[in-house]
Amino acid sequence: MSEYQRPWYKSVYDWLERRIQIEGPVKDAVLHPVPRNTASWWYVFGSASLTLLILQVVTGILLALVYTPSAAHAWDSLQLLNHQLPLGWFLRAMHGWGSNFMVAVVLIHMTQVFLFGAYKFPRELTWIVGVFMLLMTLGMAFTGQVLRFDQDAYWGLGIGASIMGRVPFVGGQLVHFMLGGPIISGATLTRFFALHVFVIPGILLALTGLHVWMVLKLGINEWPMPGRLVHRSTYIQEYNHLAHTDGIPFVPGAVWKDLVFSAAIIFAVVFCAAVFGPYGPKGIPDPTIINTVPKPDFFFLWIYSVLSFLPAGMETPFILIAPVVAIVILVGLPFVAGVGEKSWRRRPVAVFTVMFLAICWGELTHLGTYTPWSPQMTAWSGAVIPVDLLKNRTPLERRGALVFQNKQCRNCHSLGGLGGLRGPALDDIATRLTEDQLYRQVLLGGGNMPAYGSALSPAEATALVQFLETLHPTNEPAASDASRAVAGQGGPPPNTTVQRGGTQVGPH
Amino acid sequence: MDEKLGPPNPQEKEERLRQERVSRRTFLMKVGIALNAIVGVVVAVPAVAYIFGPVIRRKEYLQWVAVGDVSEFPQGETRLITFRNPFSDPWDGATANVPAYVRCSAPGKFTVFAINCAHLNCPVRWFAESQLFMCPCHGGVYYADGSRASGPPERGLFTYEVKTEGGKLMINAGQMPTLQNRAAMEPGPGSTNFNSPSLVARIDPCPNTSGPGTKASTTG
Repeated sequence: MSEYQRPWYKSVYDWLERRIQIEGPVKDAVLHPVPRNTASWWYVFGSASLTLLILQVVTGILLALVYTPSAAHAWDSLQLLNHQLPLGWFLRAMHGWGSNFMVAVVLIHMTQVFLFGAYKFPRELTWIVGVFMLLMTLGMAFTGQVLRFDQDAYWGLGIGASIMGRVPFVGGQLVHFMLGGPIISGATLTRFFALHVFVIPGILLALTGLHVWMVLKLGINEWPMPGRLVHRSTYIQEYNHLAHTDGIPFVPGAVWKDLVFSAAIIFAVVFCAAVFGPYGPKGIPDPTIINTVPKPDFFFLWIYSVLSFLPAGMETPFILIAPVVAIVILVGLPFVAGVGEKSWRRRPVAVFTVMFLAICWGELTHLGTYTPWSPQMTAWSGAVIPVDLLKNRTPLERRGALVFQNKQCRNCHSLGGLGGLRGPALDDIATRLTEDQLYRQVLLGGGNMPAYGSALSPAEATALVQFLETLHPTNEPAASDASRAVAGQGGPPPNTTVQRGGTQVGPH
Repeated sequence: MDEKLGPPNPQEKEERLRQERVSRRTFLMKVGIALNAIVGVVVAVPAVAYIFGPVIRRKEYLQWVAVGDVSEFPQGETRLITFRNPFSDPWDGATANVPAYVRCSAPGKFTVFAINCAHLNCPVRWFAESQLFMCPCHGGVYYADGSRASGPPERGLFTYEVKTEGGKLMINAGQMPTLQNRAAMEPGPGSTNFNSPSLVARIDPCPNTSGPGTKASTTG
């Protein structure tokens, strides 16, 4: 035994490697040269998305140990996770926050790739696969929200079914296909469980493999330089030249930033999970509890907002066509703009598009957080009328205030900043509408206001309008109809000049 | 490392392929592929039919359900009822309990509205004081007769088919109403006069007399 004895772990390694023979490809992958300037903090979002995906898979499997995909028991099993099972709440929180972070990081990654022109030749297919990975990620977010089987999930499914039902000809069949039956029920939950746990993750993981494979094969997109255009004939050569003359091995040259950022992201998820805890579940998914205000999760709030602003006639075409158009644009992008300038400094349309979409998304999401288009269901009984508006009022006017409250006017109209935002605030309505116009508006409605003609007795209508007439600032009189005074006197007052029917009425 | 089997070099590959192109083996390979294609179809057809099972069973979904005694619904009132969906599984839990609104507009004349807003299916709430249904999601509002009053819905509330049998109020129920199923086929209230939300219909028209003014109520 004079021969040099190899340590046991090296022998084990050699034994395995002799059979698996994976060392070569792995070495090639980790040591492949990448352009030096791609080792940037801007290039960490792709790997962070992958890290979050792995986190979601692991926490998802752990939750599946307990979660019960039965409509009768799912909500209870979530309560058990939250309150009884040690650290069940933490796993739920990790999975929920991991989902939020994943959607956010995937979108940031996509924006970065778009602004850096990385979708251009030869990485078109990488982008297209990425588009479908985004769709799968959003699919995971939506189906995950369904598995958190609470009221929001129930009515979210209702919204989904209603959208499906708008498809021409086969809409009804599609609804039953989606729900797995005639109504949202146990069959619906098991369908979405299968989607969330098997189908979509399977597709997502397969696409991820393909995506990463192509990144390795085609190389990481070099830092875009203004004026360095992409040509199909020369790009590959130029890239290889750059990677070899001004390149560094991917490991450790670039990977350390990926590692640091991935760790930071996971830490952020842990932090949010520990501090803010799990999402819901909110109320039990019992459709007979109708006192609910369903809302989708944060990342779908903007869709919720869009759906409230579409004119009724445009709704079905928009809902059915817009997503298709969006996907076609995203998939078609590398074919339309596959070569040429990569740098955002020389792509103002690209920069403007990102800014425009970000602002739209932000504003629609913001609107979605307080839904000004919805009646406030409890304002009529919960929001008080400011005392100032009741001081020194006649009994009739106070009676009108009561009518105002009782007839749920408050659900859509605010007074003193309290109440619904669907209709205009009425704090100074008397300066804008005359008495007659108020009657007309209340009784006949119009301008998106229901007609209250059949819900108000003449006495109630009179009282209500008298109250509304008092709603004007003290220094600004209520609007009045000048012709009333004229009609009241049986003719124009003396000493005025009134043009009437082409005849000048002079002073008598 | 030198034990690894190297891949055949390009010339070898080319050579082998040429030999194999027309031979008994390639023919048998094609037979194998064809067999697998047949097996694939044999497996796929039942699998697809299985997935579409809920669509194939559609005809079973609607059944007549008793929702209460006729006497429980006083005239001029709108009441919230719930019924167990006729087509349900034991593990559906509370999700198979379906709410609906029953309105009795005249003795023996009932309208049963689905709870679902015609816009995006959210549950509408009844406000007896203002005689309106309001939806919490996107602000759809309906009149007491179910016709659209304001907001994004394209039509009035969905209604169930109604009949009375032995003093019981029955509805033909079983599926979630959407714009494409039977609930939409029946012209719901307010679906025809979408642009003028039934204002004129709700208010007695002025009698066409010669003199100006009328004693008839204009508030309906």
